[in-house]
Amino acid sequence: MEQSIGKPISRVDGILKVTGNAIYTADQPVPGLTHAVLVVSSIAKGRIVSIETSDAERVAGVIAILTHKSGMKLAKDPTKVDSSQPADRALQLLQDDRIFYGNQPVAVAIAETLEAASEAAERVRVQYDSLTPSISLDVPGSYVPKKAGGAGDPGQSHRGDPKQAMSAGDSRMEEIYSTPFHTHSPMEPHSTIAVWDGPTKLTLYDTSQGIFGDRKRMAELLGLDPENVRVVSLFLGGGFGSKGPTWSPAVICAMAARHVRRPVKLVVRRPQMFGPVGCRSATRQTISVAASKDGKLLALTNETLSHTSTMDEFVETSTLPTRMLYSVPNNETVQRLVRSDIGTPSYTRAPGEASGTFALEVAMDELAAKLKIDPIELRLRNYAERDENKDLPWSSKSLRECYRQGAKRFGWARRPGEPRSMKDGDQLIGWGMATSVYPARRSPASARARAYPDGNFLVEAGSQDLGGGTYTIMTQIAADVLGVPVSRVTFRLGDTRYPETPVSGGSQTAASTGSAVFKTASELKKKLSRMTSADIAAQPYIEVEASTEENPDAKKFSSYSFGAQFAEVRVDRDLGQVYVSRMTGVFAAGKILNAKTARSQFMGGMVWGISMALHENTAYDPRLRRIVNNNLAEYHVPTNADVGNIDIAWVEEDDEHVSLTGSKGIGEIGITGASAAVANAIYHATGKRIRDLPITPDKLL
Amino acid sequence: MIPFRYSAPASVEDAVTMAGEPGSRFLAGGTNIIDLMKMGVEHPSHLIDITRLPIDRIEEHQGGVRLGALTRNTAVAAHRLIRERYPVLSQAILAGASPQIRNMATTGGNLLQRTRCFYFYDPSYSECNKRVPGSGCAALQGNNRIHAILGASDRCIATYPGDMAVALAALDAKVVLRGPRGERSEAMDTFYRLPGDTPNIEHDLLPGEMITAVDLPPVQATGSRYLKVRDRNSFAFALVSVAAMLNIDAAGKITQARFALGGVAPRPWRVPEAEDALRGKIPADSVFRDAADILLRGAKPYRFNGFKVELARRAVVRALASASTRA
Repeated sequence: MEQSIGKPISRVDGILKVTGNAIYTADQPVPGLTHAVLVVSSIAKGRIVSIETSDAERVAGVIAILTHKSGMKLAKDPTKVDSSQPADRALQLLQDDRIFYGNQPVAVAIAETLEAASEAAERVRVQYDSLTPSISLDVPGSYVPKKAGGAGDPGQSHRGDPKQAMSAGDSRMEEIYSTPFHTHSPMEPHSTIAVWDGPTKLTLYDTSQGIFGDRKRMAELLGLDPENVRVVSLFLGGGFGSKGPTWSPAVICAMAARHVRRPVKLVVRRPQMFGPVGCRSATRQTISVAASKDGKLLALTNETLSHTSTMDEFVETSTLPTRMLYSVPNNETVQRLVRSDIGTPSYTRAPGEASGTFALEVAMDELAAKLKIDPIELRLRNYAERDENKDLPWSSKSLRECYRQGAKRFGWARRPGEPRSMKDGDQLIGWGMATSVYPARRSPASARARAYPDGNFLVEAGSQDLGGGTYTIMTQIAADVLGVPVSRVTFRLGDTRYPETPVSGGSQTAASTGSAVFKTASELKKKLSRMTSADIAAQPYIEVEASTEENPDAKKFSSYSFGAQFAEVRVDRDLGQVYVSRMTGVFAAGKILNAKTARSQFMGGMVWGISMALHENTAYDPRLRRIVNNNLAEYHVPTNADVGNIDIAWVEEDDEHVSLTGSKGIGEIGITGASAAVANAIYHATGKRIRDLPITPDKLL
Repeated sequence: MIPFRYSAPASVEDAVTMAGEPGSRFLAGGTNIIDLMKMGVEHPSHLIDITRLPIDRIEEHQGGVRLGALTRNTAVAAHRLIRERYPVLSQAILAGASPQIRNMATTGGNLLQRTRCFYFYDPSYSECNKRVPGSGCAALQGNNRIHAILGASDRCIATYPGDMAVALAALDAKVVLRGPRGERSEAMDTFYRLPGDTPNIEHDLLPGEMITAVDLPPVQATGSRYLKVRDRNSFAFALVSVAAMLNIDAAGKITQARFALGGVAPRPWRVPEAEDALRGKIPADSVFRDAADILLRGAKPYRFNGFKVELARRAVVRALASASTRA
């Protein structure tokens, strides 16, 4: 049987999607459904003085307007979070009158129709007692968190004697790099349908990237046995990390359904996405470098300031790449947090690495320019042969090959060293590059597989498909192990009735759930091999269930995906408008399971890198400190006209130290380094070094 | 959204009669009014759907072209008469919105699209004199990066956001209006009002009046160009835009110049003195820069939009230079 792994197989759910037959969360047909619309705060800090609901209650079809006065009790204080559950967030669930951020839920209107609920929500009048909010990084009281990021890295790191080394280098530089707030903007906003079966059993159709974590959080807040909570998330219209945690609107939907004793659907409106469901924190990164004149790094430090909320802690771990990407004997990093009156920041595609590689990889470009060393050559002179941060060997690292192949595909050898060397009419042309890096993680997972006498197979694992292709690669893994065509395998996911799997975050699904599916299919095959066809035919089906543990090699090896990205920009010399005319990305991310979905994943990341470099910025009002561009007309993500040719390739790897399939995960690496490659290309085109994203035309005038 | 009444009258006369009631709004492409209703900015009690009225033709008219008010943006931009005689209009339309929106948006509706000021568009901000007269202007001390540098007042610094009207202004187009008291027409240039003390009044439409057509007069131009500078290359409102037309004689001298700015003022911004300054001149960047300086005379930037003054100057120079070399 020819293997399907690595082949460009079209999505197994593609036909469902393009024919409109994929049932997304908000499309679930539920009898007797009612509709909820949130009312959110129009101030960023203070208290609710009064909520006037009588006008709203008079709207025909309204069932209830629920507020903090409605007495909806919870089994657990939603503002307290268990630090061992990094995705759990402090929630605002209509329990009191305090306002912590703009767009915080303050009421919910439930009605027979969406139209009536919308009208009722608009007719709710809230009076506030407002305090002056803060969203500045320039305030006293910043602190160093103990832990930074979902993997529990320390808030600071230190090796060697950076202070001493800084004074000794031939070449020194210190620069400040800023990245703005980003708001995840998946096509599908957060949606929930809550269906109670009596007071103790709940079915939740929820746009969740982590249905088991969602089940746990829902159960503890609502006082239910987790076994009596079923979470279903069959298809997601994007998530980007925003659907990893359980956020307030989903719990409010379940609370409302319990209160009105009817199924309730709550879809977060696009403007309401800006606040209650996470964001990528803005960062300010101070990077200091000391190097010898031949470009050997002597010291490298990164101090990152980022925001957390006043009621919770989340760290945008921008320092992590500075700790491990290059060989440098003296290294120091520290994460500092500032409490701001914002909805708690959260995981956003490559949290930490996306913003961290921007600063680090622009700093490396600056050093290369200063020393007049080719940017790739500078990186090769500081190539890390092992992880100096964890003091471990790499489980695999093909970064040299990424640089080599990327440079060849892009034509890097023809790059003139001096900026402003290439022109075409009114356009200045520049080429830049940067390194990509993202950890390869794996968590415990399990799966179930059945063989039917007719030769078909069914495989089930909790998991989630954000749109990246999980259905497809899991089908391929099972089919290849079983030695059958993919058409003989049906893979199901997105239901807590299936075996438990981790959150689809941290690029870990292929390695985690993929390993469980691999093992389960292997055990099923073994079992079948011991049976006669008569034995098999005598039963309705043969079933096995199996689990895989955390990566046993994680203590012996450091595992990362790597890559090299190259960008060409055309900048209007007078008007400052930028067009990314082409990019090349070459990645080394373990075994690539599906050439088509992998290419799309890498490309999606790279396009978000263009977005980060040029477009995305959650803009705040400087006086009221609320978000002003809370819609997709003004919150810019790239259009086709912003994205030129994207060339993608990968270096073959097979990393048995990460997963049973040899894959390392590709969900996030594409965005890392991408914004730096674009920013470095803009410098090469214009001679202007912009260290503050996004690089809009005004900054280039 | 608040419930509303919906009618689809069969004639312009019926529509105009219905529109006389307070709280009525015409519905054409719906690309802006529906959005504003969903956002809670507009609360019409009566939507009058005019999309079935027979005012959707593009035809030659008095030596120029008449665009029916219900002609779709896509159709106008693609029409042979427009591409051949008024390429600047075709370019301006294609620089706006997205193909899907242009397929819906109409000539008349596009003229009446409302500002994209953050504080106007989001009623959770209590201060907006345009939305709630007398409530204040949050943009004055707020995030005013996208706001006006010309023609604003201390009551309102919002811009007119569109592209098509900027080209129409430069083309000396006329807006044809039908109302209870019959038909009249008004120059594009004076159709929009400056905010002054009443930013809630944006144009000269009388109660019940409907835009039925836009008339394009014959144009003598040897070259034209619509240039739009924006934060992304498609589906973004202009930071600055320029509609420029030049007529250059056999001796290489400019006989007539017409140019308007978009994205910087409450209406398309034209200054006759700036255009007169080019008459008789040989095209050159320095000459264009002088004209741009006249156009931008009195520009008043706010905290975050100071860059627009220099960006507009450069955009005018580029657009005129481009118009001077184009056939």
